[in-house]
Amino acid sequence: MKPPPVIELAGIGTRFGRQVIHRDINLSVASGQILALLGGSGSGKTTLLREILGLLRPTAGSVRLFGVDLADADSQRQRAARRRLGMLFQQGALYSALSVFDNIAFPLRELRCLDEDWIRRLVHLKLAMVELTPPDGGLMPAELSGGMIKRVALARALALEPELLLLDEPTAGLDPERSKKFVELIASLQRALNLTVVMVTHDLETLHSLASHVAVLADQGLVACGLKTEVMAVEHPFIQGFFASHPPKLL
Amino acid sequence: MTPQLQMSEGRAALSGDWTLAALLPQLDHLRRQLEQAGAAPGAWDLSQLERLDSAAAVLLWRSWGHAWPTELTILPLHRRILARVAELPTALPVAASPPFNPLTALGGQVLRFFDNARGMVILFGRIWLDLAYLARHPGEFPWRELSANIYKSGAQALPVAALVGFLIGVTLSYLSALQLQSFGADIFIVNILGISIIRELGPVLVAVLVAGRSGSAMTAQIGVMRVTEEIDALATMGVSRSQRVVLPKIIGLTVAMPLVVLWTSAVALFGGMLAALAQLDLSLAYFIESLPRTVPVANLYIGLGKGVVFGFVIALVACHFGLRVRPDTESLSSNTTRAVVTAITSVILADALFAVFTRHIGVPTL
Repeated sequence: MKPPPVIELAGIGTRFGRQVIHRDINLSVASGQILALLGGSGSGKTTLLREILGLLRPTAGSVRLFGVDLADADSQRQRAARRRLGMLFQQGALYSALSVFDNIAFPLRELRCLDEDWIRRLVHLKLAMVELTPPDGGLMPAELSGGMIKRVALARALALEPELLLLDEPTAGLDPERSKKFVELIASLQRALNLTVVMVTHDLETLHSLASHVAVLADQGLVACGLKTEVMAVEHPFIQGFFASHPPKLL
Repeated sequence: MTPQLQMSEGRAALSGDWTLAALLPQLDHLRRQLEQAGAAPGAWDLSQLERLDSAAAVLLWRSWGHAWPTELTILPLHRRILARVAELPTALPVAASPPFNPLTALGGQVLRFFDNARGMVILFGRIWLDLAYLARHPGEFPWRELSANIYKSGAQALPVAALVGFLIGVTLSYLSALQLQSFGADIFIVNILGISIIRELGPVLVAVLVAGRSGSAMTAQIGVMRVTEEIDALATMGVSRSQRVVLPKIIGLTVAMPLVVLWTSAVALFGGMLAALAQLDLSLAYFIESLPRTVPVANLYIGLGKGVVFGFVIALVACHFGLRVRPDTESLSSNTTRAVVTAITSVILADALFAVFTRHIGVPTL
């Protein structure tokens, strides 16, 4: 039996009051893909991401994660599906009252099945994974630099060993050097853990070095979706404009 | 694929998905099995594993007693995951929290008290410096912020203050009337209500209400402005945070408080009058006529003076704690709590001082 796609959006429509954000969006992401979600400001990229996370319910259509409908009434199954994804928020969204260590340990403790030694080992592993040292675990989020916040947030997103990783602007606010390193980090983790990644990004560099697939949101719908090379060839003013702004790097 | 462990002739074979999500439903069972298998050193066959994540790797590594088993069959991919776990030291340092010591805790409290007192004195001085500056540059006075603050902490507090004042007035009048009736001293209800409400209850009641209502709002607002760096943004535009944020709040509440006190005392007296009418048959006209005779007007000045001082104290305390908020949620909540508690305590303290220093003023002589 073929496993269901990791994410399956069917006929998604979103409206805020009278303002229509999405109209009939269909998208399916298979295991192991790295999908970049592109679109101009206000095209509803983050809204779509929030719908995939189940933070926002679409006005029409259904979202299925690992074959489980997010509108499913069975809360047990919903929770199980959500545990299989990790989210990296744009600003990190670290719990400001908890130290770095406790931030990463939090989702593990919430399982209420693991003992402290096990959790400590896992947190140290995650810290090492994102190239942080154990002493960094004692810091508070307010004491971290922008790059460190992203790395801690990534470590926390990975704490529950997710199969699906959602990234909202993973490199926004990082300098080019750090941003490159962070992208390499995500790429290496993706290979090592065989993650499925969906990211919202504006950064061509990130897109170029990470994504295998691209979906473009414009005119309230998906104007293109597929392999990166295929999408680049699509005749659409937004796509042409987007890739034309930085041609040398992509060619 | 569910994770499975099969034991046969000193050989432990693992198969299926050894991931956190797959382990959880049968964690206890697998743990027991691993313990048994780990106790007898033997061969481990992990070649049939489909997936292995670091959580399961830690579990395995611990059941092996933090050492590689003598005989191990495993895919290179999974070996790398285990190798990462193996690199961790056997005994991980536990972040030790310092033990509770009542003496140091008490000392910390005392130090914090003086620290806060110092901060408030500095803020107090800052206000006078700002006022002196604004007196020389009247064009820069933050009129709009001031009127917004008077409206928010004064005008908008009127309905709730009236409701509470009215009910207290009714209750007080009713209970006193029951006692006075038994002495036949009905007309003294005017003295009791007049003095107690105008001089004491009105100001204190309003102070407690306003501390909870406007004081907490001020602390939270300044605190969130610190968390979101809005305060810093003000500074970069050359706008003084104390002149634009703190000063209008303090002046606003100092101006608004006596007015709210006057309003609340009036409504409370009205409630008392109604209860006296119902209980003692004391006409409203008589009550109003005898009030100025029995209650010296000094009591009103004392009440309003208390309003001014209480308003200033509440706003000062609230702004002080707001400026101390560090950029995390825990600090925001604890500072808001502290602001309200400290404001109410200081108000009661100030009230006691008022009582001592005004003990010869405004007391009616018969």
